[in-house]
Amino acid sequence: MPSTDNRLAVRKTYKLYVGGAFPRSESGRSYVVNDARGAFLANAALASRKDARDAVVAARKAWPGWTGKTAYNRGQVVYRIAEMLEGRRSQFVDEVAAGEGSSRAKAERSVDEAIDRLVWYAGWADKIGQVVGSTNPVAGPYFDFSVPESTGVVAVVAPQDSSLLGLISVVAPAIVTGNTVVVLAAEERPLPAITLGEVLATSDLPGGVVNILTGRVAEVAPWLAGHMDVNAIDLVGVADAELGKELELAAAENLKRVLRVPDKAPDWSADPGIGRLTAYLETKTVWHPIGI
Amino acid sequence: MGKFEYAPAPESRSIVDLRSSYGLFVDGEFVEPKDGRMFKTVSPSSEEVLAEVAEAGPQDVDRAVAAARTAFKKTWGSMPGRDRAKYLYRIARIIQERGRELAVLESLDNGKPIREARDVDIPLVAAHFFYYAGWADKLEYAGFGADPKPHGVAGQVIPWNFPMLMLAWKIAPALAAGNTVVLKPAETTPLTALAFAEICQQADLPPGVVNIVTGAGATGQALVTHADVDKIAFTGSTDVGKAIARSVAGTKKRVTLELGGKAANIVFEDAPIDQAVEGIVNGIFFNQGHVCCAGSRLLVQESVYEEVLASLKRRMGTLNVGDPLDKNTDIGAINSPQQLAKIRMLSDVGEQEGAERWSAPCDLPERGYWFPPTIFTGVSQAHRIAREEIFGPVLSILTFRTPAEAIEKANNTPFGLSAGVWTEKGSRILWMADKLRAGVVWANTFNRFDPTSPFGGYKESGYGREGGRHGLEAYLAKH
Repeated sequence: MPSTDNRLAVRKTYKLYVGGAFPRSESGRSYVVNDARGAFLANAALASRKDARDAVVAARKAWPGWTGKTAYNRGQVVYRIAEMLEGRRSQFVDEVAAGEGSSRAKAERSVDEAIDRLVWYAGWADKIGQVVGSTNPVAGPYFDFSVPESTGVVAVVAPQDSSLLGLISVVAPAIVTGNTVVVLAAEERPLPAITLGEVLATSDLPGGVVNILTGRVAEVAPWLAGHMDVNAIDLVGVADAELGKELELAAAENLKRVLRVPDKAPDWSADPGIGRLTAYLETKTVWHPIGI
Repeated sequence: MGKFEYAPAPESRSIVDLRSSYGLFVDGEFVEPKDGRMFKTVSPSSEEVLAEVAEAGPQDVDRAVAAARTAFKKTWGSMPGRDRAKYLYRIARIIQERGRELAVLESLDNGKPIREARDVDIPLVAAHFFYYAGWADKLEYAGFGADPKPHGVAGQVIPWNFPMLMLAWKIAPALAAGNTVVLKPAETTPLTALAFAEICQQADLPPGVVNIVTGAGATGQALVTHADVDKIAFTGSTDVGKAIARSVAGTKKRVTLELGGKAANIVFEDAPIDQAVEGIVNGIFFNQGHVCCAGSRLLVQESVYEEVLASLKRRMGTLNVGDPLDKNTDIGAINSPQQLAKIRMLSDVGEQEGAERWSAPCDLPERGYWFPPTIFTGVSQAHRIAREEIFGPVLSILTFRTPAEAIEKANNTPFGLSAGVWTEKGSRILWMADKLRAGVVWANTFNRFDPTSPFGGYKESGYGREGGRHGLEAYLAKH
């Protein structure tokens, strides 16, 4: 953010967030991020294919530990993210307002909603299993039950318009259910995502659970869609229908679960429902005989 | 102890009234295919031609989809759930009434033992229609919103291993939710689906609600790519599943896929060995191993390997292989010459790659397609027979030392459909069940199915679940 008084500002280098660390792009590239009026805001890292693959490796490495934690514990960590976000509320308001070109009041509402949404999703961690799991009344001397489990590594192309609320709305449901995430931030509005990385790094979230890339959707997303160690992909932030189709085609190679390009940008201020929670879940049914 | 010899106890064929030729079932009637092409369906146990069946071309698929669309708009989609429920109850009852006939027909056309068709397949088929009949008037309680809506026309493509059961898995939830369907049965096993068409007529199901288009891959492709199909459900190979996933890319079509598997059946040293051996046999030799969730990779704890192997070989020696219609038969015919060739090819590769083959001594009939129950020992994880789905009565045996190693090996595959665990220790069962990446885990049992229980795969075994409340989800649009 530009300094407003006479003090010479310390300018920040915006980097990626991968495996709990803040690397520059291995490609050494960066790109200019402007505000909504076209004025220079910052240089952000321009992620490459290698960065995407490194992020997937980090997400895979973090997955067993994260999905293996108790739901209670995962919920606590997500609550903690909300706390840390609250503490840096004004910074997010600045970045959202600048990037989205919205009024300060509107940006405040959006950031507040993002914090509240994290709290809402945090509470789901230890409830979704009760809502979508079941014991099944089978016709025979068996006990069987169905439990939801995380799908694994989820790649997300973040919403392009809603740079924080949209981002939180797609990342939070994936992680509270035990998945790990590689998210490609909104291309033209990446600053809230980068700052979110700084929040995550200090919020008890194990490194690698969320990995944040900044860069070009058209360049990075195909590597995520075609990656054989990615289990699901969310194309919500893909604006180009033709690219969306190509990404779906690539995702078919290992039968990734796909959240398609939506017809129109979702209304992130609306009640999100549990659709994005269940989208990243598998159902496992376990049988055992009953007898003495 | 030698093998007990049973006198043949064949089930009568006279209960089945086979027509020499069948048309397509479209809009409530059997109709001729537009281009008049027919193909033959044979009994895999005798190579006898059972009937001629129509091959649906693109125009026929068009006609069936149009009939389904009309029925969706005019009758079924807007019918009160309680009436849909009654139709499904009717169908379930007729299936029970005609159960013996359907079992014989299934055994004849598929090659599976009459014992399995009679005791497993057909009772489960009826149970699925009963189960989903009860959902038809309760959809608002299913947890998918207050006013869940059907998608419209469902295109469904099913395999040849459980022709009637897969039909039930697909059609029952689709109709309960208010969709209409066009179903393509497998080219080698169309007869029970055509009998089901008659059952729909008997039940006075409104025309067009269920349409059956027989044919091979091209027919299935025409159905899956049809622009007016809203939802696709497929059970079959992973390769075809991927092709379907590609074909719907960029469209609005919903898809569920039940694909291949390479299930680990894991036996710990504290397992009751006799029961475990029964479970191994059931896991891989049930339905000639033509089961996507078959326990085709046996993982035995090293300390009991010799004991399990000896017991398994002894048990395999008592399996009756032969006439599927004989009530004593345990293992019937391989469904088709193509499948037999694939099983032979992969078994040969197993030997070439250094694994040791052992087949139960048994006399195979002269005519028909047969493969003896076979095991491979000395198998490593890199062997093709340990990685690829064989879909036949062929078991690969590997060993492990620790539970962690068992998990590592079990999960080391792109598939994730099912798994088995055999141990007396309850806490270990739950630990294993938690760590196994598979949609179904059978502990101290194997190959159990029930309409109330969600079934489906992780990873490349497909997406979506069939059965239970979860099975409805695929056929409902959420609001």
